[in-house]
Amino acid sequence: MNITAILILAAGTYAFRLAGPLLRTRLARAHGGEAELPPRLAELLSTAATVLLVALIATAALTDGGKFAGIALPAGVLTGGLLAWWKAPFVVVVVAAAVVAAGLRALGVP
Amino acid sequence: MASAIAVVGMSFGAIAVASGLDWWMPSALSVLVFAGGSQFMVVGVLAAGGGVVAAVAGALVLNARHLPFGLAVGDIMGRGLLARMVGSHLLIDESVAFAMAQKDDPKRARAVFWFLGTLAFTVWNLGTVVGVAAGQVIGDTDAFGLDAAFPAALLALVLPSLKKARPRNAALLGAVVALAATPFLPAGVPVLLALVGLAVLLPTPKKKEEVAA
Repeated sequence: MNITAILILAAGTYAFRLAGPLLRTRLARAHGGEAELPPRLAELLSTAATVLLVALIATAALTDGGKFAGIALPAGVLTGGLLAWWKAPFVVVVVAAAVVAAGLRALGVP
Repeated sequence: MASAIAVVGMSFGAIAVASGLDWWMPSALSVLVFAGGSQFMVVGVLAAGGGVVAAVAGALVLNARHLPFGLAVGDIMGRGLLARMVGSHLLIDESVAFAMAQKDDPKRARAVFWFLGTLAFTVWNLGTVVGVAAGQVIGDTDAFGLDAAFPAALLALVLPSLKKARPRNAALLGAVVALAATPFLPAGVPVLLALVGLAVLLPTPKKKEEVAA
């Protein structure tokens, strides 16, 4: 890792971020004047974000380096998910996930 | 939310230095890139023995998801050039998720977006600095379950948008595809491949709009 790699990643990420708001105006114009997206396209876009986030969660929780991550990591994330479902405070969700994963590993669970 | 982001930022800082990054690199990533998933991916690929090019390429592919995020919340951050240039850097999973939850009230959604974006940027960077300091002491971050904190935080954020059947079905299909592809593709690619889950939104074959997204 070096400063050039960090700057390339930073510039590329910023370009992706800025492209959304800028393209949206153009997309909206193409669909008829108002800066509003057609409902179907709007649904498609917000669903795309949800799909990507859930895929990121699933791969981060269940895999490690392309292989199955073991028991402790998914168990920790699942605990956090259940607490979130029961409307536990955000920080409780995060800390509980870490504590369960750490506890299982301390007991020798992979 | 702020304390959770601080905790995840700390785990990032700690995991990053434990995987061999120099002390200033996690903070440079947190200030300039400011995208937790991709920052974890960079560190993960490097720790797994991947090269810098693979790490950055994977992170960029992962951050391509900010384009649809930006399209979805574009007007919420404001329509001026300055608002867009600054607001775009604050476009993260958390500010998007919370702002979208308020989108029936545009004024409130804008306030939520800017407040949470600024707050998240501040605590993410403070957390990173603390984590780097702690990581130099801790060593084995997996023993503290820090790798479970990040997906759990994202899961808590995405749960509300899974209450509706269509996004939920699309997300489930996408997650299955991403998991199935993970052993065969470079890190980061399976997450983008999950977009095939959007096929769930097509009850009739007449629309072709998903190509534009």
